[in-house]
Amino acid sequence: MTTWTTVLLACAAAYALKLAGYLLPARWVQDERSSRVVALLPVALLAALVVVQTLVAGGGELVLDARAAALGVAVVLLALRADFLVVVAAAALVAAGLRALGWG
Amino acid sequence: MSAEGAAPLSAQRRRTVRRQALSVGAATGAYGVSFGALSVASGLDVWQTQALSLLLFSGGSQLALVGVLGAGGSGAAAVATSTLLGVRNGLYGLQTSRILEVRGLRRLAAAQLTIDESTAVGVGQPEPAAQRLGFWSTGLAVFVGWNLMTLLGAVVGNALGDPRRYGLDAAAAAAFAALLWPRLRSADAAATAVLAGFVALLASPALPAGAPVVLAALAALVVGLRRGGRHEGPPTSRTGELPGADPLP
Repeated sequence: MTTWTTVLLACAAAYALKLAGYLLPARWVQDERSSRVVALLPVALLAALVVVQTLVAGGGELVLDARAAALGVAVVLLALRADFLVVVAAAALVAAGLRALGWG
Repeated sequence: MSAEGAAPLSAQRRRTVRRQALSVGAATGAYGVSFGALSVASGLDVWQTQALSLLLFSGGSQLALVGVLGAGGSGAAAVATSTLLGVRNGLYGLQTSRILEVRGLRRLAAAQLTIDESTAVGVGQPEPAAQRLGFWSTGLAVFVGWNLMTLLGAVVGNALGDPRRYGLDAAAAAAFAALLWPRLRSADAAATAVLAGFVALLASPALPAGAPVVLAALAALVVGLRRGGRHEGPPTSRTGELPGADPLP
């Protein structure tokens, strides 16, 4: 799949979901269990993305490198209620700094 | 209620709602820079990055798509992850369609603007006229801000060169952690996150890149369908945003 195909498919799927909310009867998704699953879906995906982006190397093997240190700093800042942009910039700085020192 | 719904908003109320919309638009627009930079760091070009902000227009899904592609995942895995993250927008549409009562072209436009912020500001207003104004003005403010700042981030990111040198790969992980953090309020959410993390970790050496994230979505099913699960309480956050909403569009 080319990058453009991927981009446009994702855009079409996202819009279809948004529009479905306007076209489908509400009772289809208002049962408690399905709304619970929908609420937990982003939690599962984001947790998996954090793990993969931090601990998995290009070939699928698990590694501990500068990214793990950067995530540690990000988590501390999140616990301190730092702003989104501060968290993201700090993580980039930590990883870049460690790599400049020759680690990870 | 219907008489109240037909009543026009006072000039002062209109100003208040518009100001709220603009502040939300300005705040989320700033995150657009991160997305633009991370997207070009993941190998997309400026046009593809901009197409995502214009057409997909849902921050978490956009970040996930470029994250999976940047990690070497397949297009199918990237689309699946992005789409699963966008399911909640469909639920928002169920709420906003009742407020807006739109038909035809206006309904198509309303659907595109249905995101965390427009829904939160819209349903957060007490009177129907303000709900409609809140939804539309917030949706438009975020759309304009998010797209302009995406362009800025993509152009700057493109000029930087090797993304690893600037730690942009680590910034992506931090961005996902920042989106996850406010969602971890209930025991169910924490259990889901831990389970999904383990699934992704164990599956990564065995499956092609991108697939472990899609597989980890099953954690939401396992925890959500469990009998006697603790239901998440009503939204109680300080700023009145939706439960589990992102700080991104």
